[in-house]
Amino acid sequence: MSEKQGEPRPNRRRDVPSGLWMRCSGCSKMIYRNLVVERGNVCPECSFHFPISSDERIRLLCDPETFDEQFKELAPADPLQFEARRTYRERLDETQKKTGLLDACLVGLAEIGEVPVVFGVSDSRFLMGSMGSVVGEKIARGIEMAREQNRPFIFVSGSGGGARMDEGMFSLMQMAKTSAAIQRLHEAGGLFVSILTNPTMGGAMASFAALGDVIIAEPKALIGFAGPNVIKQTINAELPSGFQSSEFNLEHGFIDQVVDRQQMRSTLIRILAYFCQEA
Amino acid sequence: MENESRAHGLDFEAPIVELENRISELRSFSESSEIDLSGQLEELEKKCEEKKKAIYTHLNPWQRVQIARHPQRPLTSDYIKGFVSDFLELHGDGAYRDDPAIVTGLGRIRGRKVMIVGHRKGRTNPEKVACNFGMPHPEGYRKAMKKMRLAEKFNIPIISFINTAGAFPGIEAEERGQAFVVAKNLQGMASLRVPVIAIVIGEGGSGGAIGIGVADRILMLENSYYSVISPEGCAAILWKDASHAPRAAEILKLTSSDLSRFGIVDEVITEPVGGAHREHREMLQRVEETILRHLDEITDIDPDLRKEQRFRKYMDIGRFADQQEQTLEDRG
Repeated sequence: MSEKQGEPRPNRRRDVPSGLWMRCSGCSKMIYRNLVVERGNVCPECSFHFPISSDERIRLLCDPETFDEQFKELAPADPLQFEARRTYRERLDETQKKTGLLDACLVGLAEIGEVPVVFGVSDSRFLMGSMGSVVGEKIARGIEMAREQNRPFIFVSGSGGGARMDEGMFSLMQMAKTSAAIQRLHEAGGLFVSILTNPTMGGAMASFAALGDVIIAEPKALIGFAGPNVIKQTINAELPSGFQSSEFNLEHGFIDQVVDRQQMRSTLIRILAYFCQEA
Repeated sequence: MENESRAHGLDFEAPIVELENRISELRSFSESSEIDLSGQLEELEKKCEEKKKAIYTHLNPWQRVQIARHPQRPLTSDYIKGFVSDFLELHGDGAYRDDPAIVTGLGRIRGRKVMIVGHRKGRTNPEKVACNFGMPHPEGYRKAMKKMRLAEKFNIPIISFINTAGAFPGIEAEERGQAFVVAKNLQGMASLRVPVIAIVIGEGGSGGAIGIGVADRILMLENSYYSVISPEGCAAILWKDASHAPRAAEILKLTSSDLSRFGIVDEVITEPVGGAHREHREMLQRVEETILRHLDEITDIDPDLRKEQRFRKYMDIGRFADQQEQTLEDRG
């Protein structure tokens, strides 16, 4: 559950750079920036899915102006007084300033295709989207809210870090907490649609993100338990190409669909309509 | 076994091991030569006890990690042999393969029915290899959950012994859905209405540990550790060098006293002075008694209430600040 192990493929992560033209991290071709943005930050040449912010994800999936953020007062503490090269506190302050986020996920009430849902999304710009106390708490509360208000729960995961190291065992325990909340939603007959983006690894993947009634991944996302580097070092061998990709997970029977970013909203609407309408 | 224990002495234990060696030499000399050396022996033993106390009351986190991994430390199989009567191992996950890295089975502790689930590390080298050094594959977690569901059906309390460096990071483990089975166990254990007690007896390695660790009571042996990442893995990330593991062990706050202070662990089971590996019998007895005491406390609770309390217990874990929308004016 390291912070580094989930290096997304095919290249190191890069936000969409500014300028009229840009080079794709996937196919290395020069592509027209406006076209990329128009397509939800997907390369028009190779369909490489660039990482996008939580705000962009909300715009892409939720009905316009319907997202009503909840639990936004929750901010990270530093329960371990974690200090390595730099303190966790310093890293938090810096990341908060840079991203305008308090922590690595947003949860709120929203509508998707006019179906009221609880919608959550992790933001990989914030310490690789890793799950500490705040992320775990927001997700667990969001799931409880979905149960209480009889709404489906939709969560878009993206975390190379998994459980956040800087909060030690508090982070590991969020795995059990979010999974227990999912169990309660399940017993109440609630729907959970889990959407996986590049990368979803470690403690996030080995808890709530794996427990969707329907699990959908964006193409070519890195999805798994142990990071590829950890596996490589453990078994001292090269990994097969496409290992731990969305397509690999589809082939091995762990996810229901691989869906392009541009079709994600319409797919979600179909699923919600199917499960949430009587006829 | 005592001799073996000395052969495996840890660096910081060297003064103890040296005294133990002298005592054993003196004793065998005394016996073979029929010379009474009881005076000297007594003095040496006293000195050895003092040394143990001096060293073992001031252990740093890294030393505790080393003790948690000590080759002579009692394993799940030792606890089963020690106080689980009529143990009947139940193999297999019903889907793919029997994973030797996790042992499951029926038994009784002082007459009371229990379902045992635990990581299996193995003692001898062939055993260790067969058990993959206690690092389970997905089928191991699936097997554990299958037996826990059986326990649920027949209202049998579950005792889970945690002792793993982690779930195995390998190609096949990923192909068979390591993340997905761990998640299913976390969810599955939250659904149980029977009492569940989890005891970290040695290594509590991250997702591989919590994968059989969702419980009404979480207990830890004094010199065990429970961590979100191994000290070596943490050091490799922070300092690009696994040899900084001792520093990582320090900052991860992975000891039983840290986790007790955080309210994550319900009780720390004190080890005999000199560590569990020196006094198996005493350690086994303490663990048995602690299990029984906790079973007594939770057995009579209404099953639905117990499940609800377990849920609340986990919902309450986490430390964060409650900032009433002050910091960020720039979020639109």
